[in-house]
Amino acid sequence: MSTSIKTYSKSDYINFSVLMVLGFLVIPMTVNSDYWFTSILIPWLCLALATIGQQVIMGYTGQLALGAAGFMAAGAFACFNLILRVDGLPFFGALAISGLIAAAIGIVFGLPSLRIRGIYLMVATLASQFFIIWVIDKFGWFKNYDSSGIITAQDIVIFGRPYTSPVDMYLVILVVVTVMTVLAINMARGSTGRNWMAVRDMDVAAESMGVSLLKTKLQAFAISSFFCGVAGALFAFTYLKSLEPVAFDIKLSFKILFMCILGGLGTINGAFIGAGFILLFPVLLNYLGNNVFHGAIDATIISAMEQVVFGVLMIVFMIYEPLGMARLWENTKQRLFKKKDK
Amino acid sequence: MGSEILFFFEVVVGGLLAGTMYSLVALGFVLIYKASATFNFAQGAMVFFAVLSFVGFMELGLPFFLAFIVTIGLMVIVGLSTERLVIRPLMNQSEDTLLMATIGLGYVLEGLAQAAWGVEVRRLDLGIPDFPIMFIADAIGIFISALDLTAGAVAAFMVISLAVLFTQTKIGLGLRAVADDPGAASSIGIPLKHIMLLVWSAAGVVALVAGCLWGARAGVQFALVDLALKALPVLIIGGFSSIPGAIVGGLIIGSTEKVLEVYIGPFFGGAIEGWAPYVLAVFFLLKRPEGLFGEKIIRRV
Repeated sequence: MSTSIKTYSKSDYINFSVLMVLGFLVIPMTVNSDYWFTSILIPWLCLALATIGQQVIMGYTGQLALGAAGFMAAGAFACFNLILRVDGLPFFGALAISGLIAAAIGIVFGLPSLRIRGIYLMVATLASQFFIIWVIDKFGWFKNYDSSGIITAQDIVIFGRPYTSPVDMYLVILVVVTVMTVLAINMARGSTGRNWMAVRDMDVAAESMGVSLLKTKLQAFAISSFFCGVAGALFAFTYLKSLEPVAFDIKLSFKILFMCILGGLGTINGAFIGAGFILLFPVLLNYLGNNVFHGAIDATIISAMEQVVFGVLMIVFMIYEPLGMARLWENTKQRLFKKKDK
Repeated sequence: MGSEILFFFEVVVGGLLAGTMYSLVALGFVLIYKASATFNFAQGAMVFFAVLSFVGFMELGLPFFLAFIVTIGLMVIVGLSTERLVIRPLMNQSEDTLLMATIGLGYVLEGLAQAAWGVEVRRLDLGIPDFPIMFIADAIGIFISALDLTAGAVAAFMVISLAVLFTQTKIGLGLRAVADDPGAASSIGIPLKHIMLLVWSAAGVVALVAGCLWGARAGVQFALVDLALKALPVLIIGGFSSIPGAIVGGLIIGSTEKVLEVYIGPFFGGAIEGWAPYVLAVFFLLKRPEGLFGEKIIRRV
C-alpha cells in the first residue's frame, strides 16, 4: 500500500497496458458469443462502475450509504430525457450531464451526513432511494407519459454511427469505464482521496487537522453519485435496454453494497472483483443446477441458496478478512511473487 | 362531530394502531441494541424467518400452539448460533463492522427461510378478523380493525414486560451493564454469553410475534422484509436504546404516514407511504440525532 502514493510504478503501467490490450483487442476478437457480452461483460462493467461509486462513499469516506440504485435510476432517466428532449446532444455529453444531475441529487441527500453517521446515515440514504424511485414513478414527465411502465431505451448513436450490437455496446462501456476508473484511481491516490480516508478513519481528528468535513463529505457524495448515475445510464441503455423504475429498487442497492464489501472496502480493483463475483456466482449455481443436478433442484431454492452463500460470505469476510477479496488477491500475489519483489 | 373530523380521527387512529406493528419490529431491534450495542439489521429478516417457519410448521400438520412453541425453539437456536458464530467472533469490532455482518445475517436468514419453505405467499389466520369492530363503529362512528386493536394490546403488553425485565430484575441490570461496557461487565462476573443468548432469543420471540401480526395482515411473504425496514425510521425517531421510544416512534410514523397518504397522497398519485417515514426520520435526525428518548451521543477523539 505504501509503495505507490501518487506516482505510478512501472508495474502499474504494465498492468494497465495488459488490461487495455485484453479489453479492447483480445476480448472483442476472441469472444464471439453474444451471451458473454450481453449477460456477463456488459452488466459486469456497469455494476463495477456503480460499485466504484459505492466505494468512494463507503470504502474511502466511511459513510454507510445504501442508495446506489436510486442514483443509478436518476442517471438512467436523466440520460433518457436528455436524449429525448435535447436535439443533437451527443451520447457522451448526455452521459456526462446525467452523471452531473445524479451528483447534484447526491449532494442534497448527502447533507444529512454532516450531522449523522453509521446506521443513522443509512436510513437517511434509504430515504433517497425510495424518494427518487417514487418521483420517477409518479411524475409522468420523466417517463415521457408512457403508460405501459416499460420504456424502450434509445439506440446509442455516436457521430452518426449507431452502436447497437453487443460488441459495439461493450466497447462504448469499456471506454467510459476505463476513463472513469483511471479518474477514480487518481482521486483515491491524490489529496482528494487522502482527505476522504482521513474523514473515514477519524472525522473529528481530520477536522481538527484542517480537513473541511463539509467539503470532503459532500464532494464524496457528489462523486459517488456521479459514478452511480453514469453507471445507471449505461446499465439501462445497454443491459436492460429499457427504463423502468422497478429495476432500480432497494435490492439492487443491497447488491451493490455486497459487491463493495465482499470485493474489499477502500479498493478500486475490489469493485471489479466484487461485481464479478456477485454476478458470476448465480450463473455458476444455475449452471450446476442445470447440468449436474439436471434441474432436480428447484430454481427458487437455487436463488435462495445464493442468498445464503452471499450472507455467509459477508459474515466470514467481516470476521476473517474485513478488507475483502481484493486483499485476499493481494496476499496471494505476495505469496506467489515474494522473491521477485526483493 | 362533523363527518370530516370523524374521518380524520379514523385515519389517525388507524395509523396509530398500524404504527404499533412497526413498533413491534423495532422492539426486537432495541432489545439487542440495549444489551450489546449492536445494530441488528437482520431483525426484519428474523421476523420473516420466524413467521414463515411458523406457517410452515402448521402446514406440516402441527396444531397452532405446538407450532408456536416449536418456532420459539427454532428462534432460540437461531439466536444461539448467531451469538456463537457471528457476534462473539466480532466482539470488539467497530459498530459498522457488526452492522455489515448483521446485513449478511439477514441475507442468510431470508435465504434459509425461502429454501426451506418456498417462496409462495401464504395466508396466516390468527382467528382475529381484519375487519372493523361493529360495536365501536356504532358507538362513536370510527372504524377500527380488530387486528389493529390486538396488535396494539400485544405491543403494550410486550413493552410493559420488557420494561419490567430491564428495570426491575437482576437480569435487566446485567443487560444494561453489558451494553454499557462489555469488558467491565464480564470482569465483575456477569456471564456475557448467557446474557447475549437470552437477548438474542428474546429478540427472536419478539420477531415471531411481530411476524404473526404482520403475516395476518399482509400475508406471509418476502415483502415483509421491506415492511420491516420501516422499523429503522421508527428507531431513529424514538431513539435506538429506548423501549418506550420504539412505541412512540411507531405511533408517530404510523399516524403521520397515514395522514399524509390520505390527505396529500392523492395530489401526487399516492404511495407516499413508501418514503414518508424515511424523510420524516431525516428531519428528526437533523433536529435531534439521538431520537426522542435516546441517550445523547458524545464522541471523543
